[in-house]
Amino acid sequence: MTSPLQQKIKIAGPSIVTANRTWDGIVVYRTANKGWSAELADAAIVRNSDEAKVLLAEAVADDVGAIGPYIAPVQVGDDGVIEPGNLREQIRKAGVTIELPAQG
Amino acid sequence: MYAYDEIDRTLVNERVSEFRDQVQRRLSGELTEDEFKMLRLQNGVYLQLHAYMFRVAIPYGTLASNQLRQLAHVARKYDRGYGHFTTRQNIQFNWIKLSDLPDALADLAEVGIHAMQTSGNNMRNVTSDQWAGVAPGEIEDPRIWSELIRQHTTLHPEFSFLPRKFKIAITASDHDRAAIKVHDIGLRLIKSEKGETGFEVLVGGGLGRTPFIGKTIKHFVHGRDLLSYIEAILRVYNQYGRRDNIYKARIKILVHELGIEKFSREVEEEWQHLRNSSLQIDDEVIEDIRSRFIYPAYEKLPHMPDELRQAAAEPDFEAWRKNSVAPHKNPGYSIVTISLKPIGAPPGDATAEQMDALADLADKYSFGELRVGHEQNLALPHVAKRDLPALWKALDKLGLATPNVNLITDIIACPGLDYCSLANARSIPIAQELTRRFANHELANLIGRLHINISGCINACGHHHVGHIGILGVEKNGEEVYQITIGGRADESAALGNLIGPGVKFDEVADVVEDIVEAYLALRERPEELFVDTVKRLGVEPFKERVYATR
Repeated sequence: MTSPLQQKIKIAGPSIVTANRTWDGIVVYRTANKGWSAELADAAIVRNSDEAKVLLAEAVADDVGAIGPYIAPVQVGDDGVIEPGNLREQIRKAGVTIELPAQG
Repeated sequence: MYAYDEIDRTLVNERVSEFRDQVQRRLSGELTEDEFKMLRLQNGVYLQLHAYMFRVAIPYGTLASNQLRQLAHVARKYDRGYGHFTTRQNIQFNWIKLSDLPDALADLAEVGIHAMQTSGNNMRNVTSDQWAGVAPGEIEDPRIWSELIRQHTTLHPEFSFLPRKFKIAITASDHDRAAIKVHDIGLRLIKSEKGETGFEVLVGGGLGRTPFIGKTIKHFVHGRDLLSYIEAILRVYNQYGRRDNIYKARIKILVHELGIEKFSREVEEEWQHLRNSSLQIDDEVIEDIRSRFIYPAYEKLPHMPDELRQAAAEPDFEAWRKNSVAPHKNPGYSIVTISLKPIGAPPGDATAEQMDALADLADKYSFGELRVGHEQNLALPHVAKRDLPALWKALDKLGLATPNVNLITDIIACPGLDYCSLANARSIPIAQELTRRFANHELANLIGRLHINISGCINACGHHHVGHIGILGVEKNGEEVYQITIGGRADESAALGNLIGPGVKFDEVADVVEDIVEAYLALRERPEELFVDTVKRLGVEPFKERVYATR
């Protein structure tokens, strides 16, 4: 499989790096202090391909912390609030769009 | 039921210990994800959008009540209290933690359940008719042969690193409930003129990005030669199948590119080296497997008991009976399909509470046995007819007596973009909306048999190509768009559906399906003409005109 670092990186707007945490699989976002957070608000924002490459390389290097890192688009509001940039990321952030069965 | 022997139990337990060690080494960083990925896939563990997904095998769709209770336990203890039955006789848990997986596997191993052959580029769970062993007119129980293949191929090194995944399905009835024509190998159990058991062998069927209906490669392979013939096919595939392009790696592409004649010559040549080898199956081997299938001690019961006669006055019971109850080879008994498609619910999901309750009902009414079908429904295979009214009441209390089996709301759908990392569009909300639109039972009955299949991407886990109405979700300019096909079918007359026109948006899909159904009701020659037969008679055009006239 091609490493994410070998793929051509081209971003069209503000982006983040996201992955799934290794031990439990939950969605996590790469932070500016070289860690992972379950909150999109904590994600480091990159705005050009060079920044994106660096952030992705850091994420890939942390193979124990999280798996499958990739760059995803976001929208950043005037108030600085970060929102997912597409439906897939919206679902990853907010959960399934259907009602789950009540837990017994 | 099939009773596992000591070898099976040891294998399953050793597998759990091995995986526990692999998970520990992964979590400690000793194994990288690249090293670990194949190991987790060999144990049914995928990574999806929100979490790991754990796929558990239900070989040939046969499940004991204690096994279903243990699946409920796993759902409750390690997941979010429910599971999802798939189109290949598996169950998936959507929210499991990697750190919990060894314990979950160990709990399942206690009842002989495992996750081998549920993922990876190897032989997958061999599927069969969910009515195997009980369907009237069946030639013989196909699960005996499914089990033979399962034993031979499990962890077989030659089949553990195939170019791509490999799926086999077996049927032994005239009506194909196992969708054998859309499998890599499809086996139809038949008898020779001398009365010997054998198989018509089909090869190269499959859906996904490039769908094909399987082609007959050999009209009769004697049962004793089944393993050697399958192995010959796999050897040709292993040798020539493409490993350089994942989209061209399935055997269907090889068969298509070589042509069935050349492919069959290659197989025949390979088979001559194998057929008289140790792969030839002794009768004792088959008899040993046969002896491990335990059949109920049926009573001699009336065909029309008083309980059933009296309940016939209850319209809701009759609606359910006509829809969900099928003849059994023993006239005092019935096969009961349990719809996992309640109106407004995700197709194929069952809660832990429902699983526990169904296990109790299986014990009470079906000799402790259940079945899982590729339509994402369950079945109780041995229900005495006198017990049908009581069973119906119990199922109704559980919300599992929706009388929609084989009707328009009995929808097959993949998990789609709500769960799946490969999906481009959502499937489940489309299915939910369609069930609401057609919730009226009289309307659904008026429409008659109509299968809707929904996939959230081109990989076609919802088998949209063979839906009478097929719905494929794709992504276009950041939006979910759905392509609609009609005229597909997955049975003995399997066919791929034809596209009716440009894709439609998420919130238009249910309207389009309503238009198609209205056109069908106006166009059919008589009420008995099924939707798929009307499409066959008239083609796509009249439906296309109806759908796009106002769009």
